[in-house]
Amino acid sequence: MTEPSPATPYTKPLPDPNPVTRPFWDAAREHRLRLQRSRKTGTYIHYPRAVSPFGADDELTWEDVSGRGHVWSYTVARRATAPQFEADVPYVIAIVELEEGPHMTANIIGCDPDTVRVGLPVEAAFVDVTPEVTLVQFRPRTAPAE
Amino acid sequence: MTLRGRTAIVGVAEHRPTRYTEGATTLGMLADVAMRAIADAGLEPAEVDGLLTASFAEAPFMAPATVVEYMGLDVHYSGVVDLGGATGAGMVARAAAAITAGLCETVVCTTATRRERRTTGGQRSSASPGFAGRRVDRTPESEFETPFGAIGANYGYAMIANRYRHEYGVTAEQLAKIAVAQRYNACHNPDALFFGQPISVEDVLQSPMIVDPLHLLEIVMPVAGAAAVVVTSAKKAKKLKQRPVYLLGAGEHTTHRSITYAPSLTDTAIRAAADAAFAMAGVRRKDIALASLYDCYTITVLLTLEDAGFAKKGQGGAFVESHNLQFDGDFPLNPHGGQLSFGQAGVAGGMSHVTEAARQLMGRAQGRQVRKCDLAFVNGNGGIMSEQVSLILGRDN
Repeated sequence: MTEPSPATPYTKPLPDPNPVTRPFWDAAREHRLRLQRSRKTGTYIHYPRAVSPFGADDELTWEDVSGRGHVWSYTVARRATAPQFEADVPYVIAIVELEEGPHMTANIIGCDPDTVRVGLPVEAAFVDVTPEVTLVQFRPRTAPAE
Repeated sequence: MTLRGRTAIVGVAEHRPTRYTEGATTLGMLADVAMRAIADAGLEPAEVDGLLTASFAEAPFMAPATVVEYMGLDVHYSGVVDLGGATGAGMVARAAAAITAGLCETVVCTTATRRERRTTGGQRSSASPGFAGRRVDRTPESEFETPFGAIGANYGYAMIANRYRHEYGVTAEQLAKIAVAQRYNACHNPDALFFGQPISVEDVLQSPMIVDPLHLLEIVMPVAGAAAVVVTSAKKAKKLKQRPVYLLGAGEHTTHRSITYAPSLTDTAIRAAADAAFAMAGVRRKDIALASLYDCYTITVLLTLEDAGFAKKGQGGAFVESHNLQFDGDFPLNPHGGQLSFGQAGVAGGMSHVTEAARQLMGRAQGRQVRKCDLAFVNGNGGIMSEQVSLILGRDN
């Protein structure tokens, strides 16, 4: 994916956070990955929700997580999935399975798209695309944490 | 209370898929195809007392009443069914439930998708609003998917295919064979978009790679179209013009909208939907004479063959290779050409699997009639393997 530069305004779709999801995006701006966690079950949740899937007696708290995971699956887009992404072709869209459990969709950046495989260890890469928005992307982990 | 044998499809109608509609309204198309289905059943509009419609942009609210009014109907049951590609199959199950519960007796189920030519700025006027480079509605999708180009459905099915290749393995040739067999079928269906345009495995593999590992000819081409069916009670069905196509089994399963949150990419919600449909119908997989499977991509068909129980998990590729999937083969699959070759007219594309199964069971499929077609399995798939509806339709109740 092309890195943003001040000379070229960012034209790709941007998130429009709401009060429930705002802590995720605030943390991302600080280059931290923060997820909701169920107090009742200990399960981490993504995306942020107004209510726990484990019932009304549960409470969701915010916790920083490792940012480490692996590629659950991926594709290399050889044609843009939307016009705003044409300059990025070829690019990788992936579902990352975090060590804490939740799945996140992101791009795998910082590598040759043809080297991405199912199971590839990755870590969060925080990309400041506008002064307000930092996207949580992923890149290959050079030294496995295990 | 079971739905087994209580209701039947007694009329079908379809607009021939086209690349573009010139100024047509979705409402007009919904009403037209519904009226044709009612006529096909040999019914008068006044005999219809239920209506199910797909949702459509022109009537974001009160869509059923909008269609009822336009058609001049007088109904005791109406609603929107919004299950993506599973909408058509889901309508038949809901109509059967309403009729069996005594809420109404005859339900017309209608779907339509219009598609305007490209207007200035590269945007199609019929394209979904939202990802035109501006901020969109606050949905989980707009917030956590579209910023990464996870837009449309191609990328999601490609990820399913890559995960499947990782877990079980399937060759590009095996996947291509699905597209080739369906094109063969389409070449026997003059209403198909790709009638008269046969393709080979080589053609599929040499078509451009769009999203790894899916080639262009493994991906449906969006078109405009419309499809409708009439469902009525078994009692009334016996007195009508067409041979009744009885609903023998129905099952449904939904766990997610975005593929990001699917519990598995390779063991899908189809399994539970199909198992429920077979259990209700009390028939075996080997009794099925026709498989009418939602086919937005070749990989969708492969997973459906496995999860609906026709092939063992992981053996889909070998199953495709060892069977002839043509309408005149040993495992007739999507004889109309499927959406891959008949056309993918939005929700009407999903209804085409219902209309084709009904036509085949009525014995009205002309040049592509499946021999001894007495029992059909239909699967509808919405979103990216999200909503799943399975039906079993048969000649006898």
